[in-house]
Amino acid sequence: MVFLTRRATFSASHYYWNGSWTAEKNEQVFGRCANRNGHGHNYSLEVTVAGEPDPVTGFVVDLKWLKDVMEREVLAAWDHRHLNLEVPEFAAPEFGESQLIPTTENLAIAAWKRLEPAVTAAGGARLSCVRIYETPEIFAEYRGGL
Amino acid sequence: MSSEPGKAYFGRRYTLSASHRLHTEALSAEQNRATYGKCNNPHGHGHNYVVEVLVGGAVDAETGMVMNMVVLDETVQKWVIERFDHTNLNLDPLFVNQVPTTENLCRVVFDLLKDALPSVQLEHVRVEETENNFFEYKGK
Repeated sequence: MVFLTRRATFSASHYYWNGSWTAEKNEQVFGRCANRNGHGHNYSLEVTVAGEPDPVTGFVVDLKWLKDVMEREVLAAWDHRHLNLEVPEFAAPEFGESQLIPTTENLAIAAWKRLEPAVTAAGGARLSCVRIYETPEIFAEYRGGL
Repeated sequence: MSSEPGKAYFGRRYTLSASHRLHTEALSAEQNRATYGKCNNPHGHGHNYVVEVLVGGAVDAETGMVMNMVVLDETVQKWVIERFDHTNLNLDPLFVNQVPTTENLCRVVFDLLKDALPSVQLEHVRVEETENNFFEYKGK
């Protein structure tokens, strides 16, 4: 089994807010991230697939194909967007209050859900891990299983 | 890389600067030099270490978090950074009976943190000694 990882970057804005809490509690738990004007990051998305190298090509998957899948499934929806206001996983239907808080953990799970069907449908390799860096010092990882 | 249902992982990187010398009384001076090379130089040397801490657990439905980063920062600061930053590792009691290689530093940091993080599982500690060497420990 060989693990192959591809990285892509995207930029997005967000804030952390739980609509069922008071403003005071949001500010206490989320600190500066609760600022309702939002703030932004340069994120890195690392996608790891696992499989055996093809005997003819030597590839676990074609990296150009993986790049296209990441761009189509994730970056097209998230890059240069406000995660709380216009990205379906995190925005209310009327683009109002955020439903799911766009923490780095939830972004990793959401990216997995976007990528897994395309990787599985292609056959061969399986999706092994999605890691998202919010800053070079902060990342979250999801390996499936929900 | 398998995972239990609903589990996600949160990682954070910290830096600390410390000196060390790789030397053991179990070996002769010549054997120490042969084993550790320039890391055995008598007066020690230093590194800017990067300590990466990965924790795992369920994503809390209310906060969207595996663990509050502020709490993780405070814990790592208290148990690891304050203890080792700008120190000579060889003089720390934890390295009296073991050589402060980065492998051993990894294990020591893991053991210091695992009991201090009760609500999540400590998955791994990775210590980068330079840009080109790193070590990882996932517990016993």
